[in-house]
Amino acid sequence: MTTHNHDTPNPYHKSDRDDAANKAIEERVDKIESLLLEKGLVSQDALEKLADIYENDLGPMNGAKVVARAWVDDEFKKRLLDDATSAIAELGYGGLQGEHVVVKENTPEVHNVVVCTLCSCYPWPILGLPPNWYKSFAYRSKVVIEPREVLAEFGTSLADDVEVRVWDSSAEIRYLVLPERPEGTGNFSEEELAAIVKRDDMIGVTTVTVP
Amino acid sequence: MNNIHDMGGITQFGPIPQETDEPVFHAEWEKRVFALNIASLAFLGPVDRARHAVERLNTVEYLNSSYYQRWLRGVEIMAKDLGYFTDEEIASGKATSTKEMPHPPPDAAAVEGLSRHGVPSTRDDDRQPAYKTGDKVRVRIMETKGHNRAPNYVKGKSGLITHFNGSHVFPDTHAHDKGENAQPLYTVRFEAKTLWGENVTRKDCVYIDLWEDYLESA
Repeated sequence: MTTHNHDTPNPYHKSDRDDAANKAIEERVDKIESLLLEKGLVSQDALEKLADIYENDLGPMNGAKVVARAWVDDEFKKRLLDDATSAIAELGYGGLQGEHVVVKENTPEVHNVVVCTLCSCYPWPILGLPPNWYKSFAYRSKVVIEPREVLAEFGTSLADDVEVRVWDSSAEIRYLVLPERPEGTGNFSEEELAAIVKRDDMIGVTTVTVP
Repeated sequence: MNNIHDMGGITQFGPIPQETDEPVFHAEWEKRVFALNIASLAFLGPVDRARHAVERLNTVEYLNSSYYQRWLRGVEIMAKDLGYFTDEEIASGKATSTKEMPHPPPDAAAVEGLSRHGVPSTRDDDRQPAYKTGDKVRVRIMETKGHNRAPNYVKGKSGLITHFNGSHVFPDTHAHDKGENAQPLYTVRFEAKTLWGENVTRKDCVYIDLWEDYLESA
């Protein structure tokens, strides 16, 4: 389904730097961290807490639960499309970079896809921190002008008469795509539905498939 | 500010680098830079200043740096601008000066609260929006030396307002300690044909959130 072109050398990505370059960066981080600690701008326990929250607690499993709930509960879906920030708070989600959330529904006529061309804005509480591809220059620059070519890179092809809507997150509103529920999931429980919803489906570069 | 961060509409950066089973952080130092950046916003923020610090990087450096390298440079730039670090200290990693801090740094509970509750950018004011849903607007062509969140690819282009989002803090002033200047924020729809050329036939569009000062009637 996806291409795995990270083996192609790319100077913009950390994994393609050599060990000496990575060591130089680590030394720079050591210096800045040490200065921030010594001068009292940050505390060690705050750093550890932040790393723990964003590495372990938040991720696309949260968004998948929101999607699954919308698929099984029409009233929740209405609230989600009307005021997503409040609706996701019902499931216990919200906070930094998710203060103002808007959810856009995919239909047979309309396909939504989300980007931040200027930096990398992304709904942290429900998707966690963004993957490298979302932050890549290739994605940020191209999806607004050639969305269908970008979707094709993710193995997604849409009929010509489907309207593609690209949401460029230029302010503090964070967007989540509500994907279409796939055929053949009529008997799935809410938990089983959440398990088939993937991060990229909720950014809008892929559609939900049944494994 | 005109720089390469404003990259919407370029097509030649190559294939999108996808990865299966991607970790949240690709190295320990990336995790540390993420945490340093968020924790230090208590003194170096607001987030608008942090975004602008990265936008100010030399164009070639921006392109040649990874994501968290740019975040690290952003922290350095803000700490220096605000008088917390000197160039010599950044180079050596050794503090040679002190600056009186207005309060202690946030502890674990404080950053957990920040993560949990966020920093809403909406402001309850009685400012009446100048435009309404369905209005046709054009994005003003503005020379901006500082922070600005209207991408170049929509400047001078006309679209339709699809939603009014209430008043939001204005990044152009907030990034530069010139006040929140909260003002109406609209979602505006632009047709692909309008953005990219009359010869475009595909049925695509871009929606983007724009503050009232960026807009004029069209």
